[in-house]
Amino acid sequence: MEATKKEHKLIVSVSPHVKSDETTSRIMWTVSLALLPALLSGLYFFGLKALFVTATCIISCIIFEQLYMNVVGKKNVTSDGSAFLTGLLLGMNMPASLWSFSPFTAHVPVIASLVAIVITKQLFGGLGFNVFNPALIGRAFALISFPKAMTIWMEPTASILSLDAKTTATPLGVLKEAGMTELVRVFGDTGSLYMHLLTGNRAGSIGETSAIALIIGGLFLLFKKYITWHIPVSFLATAGALAWIFGGKGALFTGDPIIHLMSGGMLLGALFMATDYVTSPSVKKGQLIFGVGCGALTMLIRLKGGFPEGVMFAILIMNCFAPLIDRGFKSSVFGAIKPKAKEAK
Amino acid sequence: MGLATFKGGIHPPDKKTLAANSAIVELKPPKIVVIPLSQHAGAPCKPVVAIGQEVKKGEMIGEPGGFVSAPVHSSVSGKVIAIAEFQNAMGRMVNSVVIENDMKDEWTPLKDNPDYMSLGADILKEKIKAAGIVGMGGAAFPTSVKLSPPKEKPIDAVLINGAECEPYLTADYRMMLEKPAEIVEGLQILMKALGVSKGVIGIENNKPDAVAKMKDAAKNAAGVEVLALEVKYPQGAEKMLIKAILGREVPARGLPMDVGVVVQNVGTALAVYEAVRFGKPLIERVVTVTGEGIKEPKNLLARVGTKISELIDECGGFRDEAAKVIAGGPMMGFALSSLDVPVTKGTSGILVLPEKDVTHSEEFGPCIRCGRCIDACPMGLMPSMLSVLAETGHYEDARDYNLYDCFECGSCTYVCPSKRPIVQLVRLAKSMVKP
Repeated sequence: MEATKKEHKLIVSVSPHVKSDETTSRIMWTVSLALLPALLSGLYFFGLKALFVTATCIISCIIFEQLYMNVVGKKNVTSDGSAFLTGLLLGMNMPASLWSFSPFTAHVPVIASLVAIVITKQLFGGLGFNVFNPALIGRAFALISFPKAMTIWMEPTASILSLDAKTTATPLGVLKEAGMTELVRVFGDTGSLYMHLLTGNRAGSIGETSAIALIIGGLFLLFKKYITWHIPVSFLATAGALAWIFGGKGALFTGDPIIHLMSGGMLLGALFMATDYVTSPSVKKGQLIFGVGCGALTMLIRLKGGFPEGVMFAILIMNCFAPLIDRGFKSSVFGAIKPKAKEAK
Repeated sequence: MGLATFKGGIHPPDKKTLAANSAIVELKPPKIVVIPLSQHAGAPCKPVVAIGQEVKKGEMIGEPGGFVSAPVHSSVSGKVIAIAEFQNAMGRMVNSVVIENDMKDEWTPLKDNPDYMSLGADILKEKIKAAGIVGMGGAAFPTSVKLSPPKEKPIDAVLINGAECEPYLTADYRMMLEKPAEIVEGLQILMKALGVSKGVIGIENNKPDAVAKMKDAAKNAAGVEVLALEVKYPQGAEKMLIKAILGREVPARGLPMDVGVVVQNVGTALAVYEAVRFGKPLIERVVTVTGEGIKEPKNLLARVGTKISELIDECGGFRDEAAKVIAGGPMMGFALSSLDVPVTKGTSGILVLPEKDVTHSEEFGPCIRCGRCIDACPMGLMPSMLSVLAETGHYEDARDYNLYDCFECGSCTYVCPSKRPIVQLVRLAKSMVKP
């Protein structure tokens, strides 16, 4: 028969021959999209300075990654969106007041980006191999190297064009210095405090203040199945429980978990930073342990430590344990034969 | 709704509509058949014919080469013109018998057994063995050997695999629609041969009409149940099938007989019925020829030894965009380098993929530890770790991560966003370290 006479070159490759259309870069860009509500809220409350800080971080991260690739001779991968995302997260974790030329602190986002991309990510082996969350190490480095610049907080202005604003303390800062009663007094009453925390109308890092914007972004990622409930729920439930038990003044079980969950970087951390694939456990049960550890360490630092906020350090410490946690779950194989005697190492 | 299922798995688009409505049609026997003497797992057959010898359809041309083996029969009547090595679908050179068809299609004398259910278990097994029946789901394991488990492994149930979980393939589906009663009879023969009173036919719920037909055919069969299963790949993998239907987990590196079960494909059950009832040896099978690269997808009843090119021609030939031809399904099938290879007892489908659907893996990304593969793996493994360990040469460590429990279903590779060739990396590690 003539039907197969047309020359057809047959492609030969290994099974499986079909793959889903999900890609790494689609994941990166979708997470960036999920951060958009929180970013917009940050721009709304902290104005053009917030825009410049975030843009500086993003552009610096991309440039540093590209430069690194050129120097070591690897091909261009910045289009995968991961450097953009690191820059975005880093910027959203910084105070908008960094964009200042007297005193000059506009270099801080650039240096933090260098540390995040080159040291934390690339020198450890690049995407997929880093132990620590790059944006958080960048921020930690900035906080420790430029402590004054990293703790100047702008009062929210609700004017995107604003380049000037008064400085003030964050809710957690007030809590650490003066206690819960004073914090409530500063905002009027508890209800008013909750509203401010919910909408984002309070001092803080660019992307951390608006609880509602972060929750919307988090729910979007959950709906798309890009993150699962395991880390955010275990993180927030642990932190909330500890806040309730130990966060009160004098007596146990008198703390306010809502204030703690909505202030500082708790929601940003639990929804977007602790859920980073590379630096958190891959196995679901391990993720629960990871989340509990993050929540516990956050509250330990907030209530007993020197810093008013502990989310960043908590996540970084738990990042160290992620590979160990994963290793503990390698034996739940289908049909696994339960060991009769204690397994010798 | 809560249909029975297993943990893990993926949901690739099932693409069954291409060939599902095409009733099984017999492909006219070809002028020449090339019948490999090894089309089954186990020892190859020894030829028992000579060049120049006249053979009838169904006459044995190769006798079993060992205990784990099955005889091979001529699929046409004619003359043996060569006994030599020819390429099979996997690209291996296999000793084969080439027969020139005299186009008379004359059967060798067959033994009719209308009263087959009164035969003893041993006689049933003899007939199944003599007919050269092997597993027709693709693995081609000699059925008579599966029906003779050692005494220490008592069997209490037979499962019939009607899941057909691979996308595109519809051969089993059509058999269930067109020959439901015969399949149930085949199951009952298998139950008698094993001395069990429980038989379950598992069918994925993307074939509700097949479920209905089989339920109807089985309604008066004692001990036989038909169960609809959740649609998920790889439901048709025998360990997953046993887990979904009976809730039993085959122990790691074990076999179904370790949990008292024997699993057979619907095609095998049908062939068993025809062998026992009519004495008919296994010389033909249903092959789904499908894919967006073929002009007219069909389910063909093809003689063993027919060249794949003839099946392609029967289906109108390639479309212009055809680029890849796969023997089997898209998840675990084998890409062909030549169409000049024969249909064997295990050829369940020929899938022609167009250029745009061919995935290229020369460049893949690093493992980003997203965990999608871990969620997908039906064996509960960590394919991410296996891929990284294999990629970096840590083959011994990969073995410690249960490397040999992987049966290469491809679910992990399907979901990986970095497009890592995880299954191939697993194969690499397996080639470097013993179990």
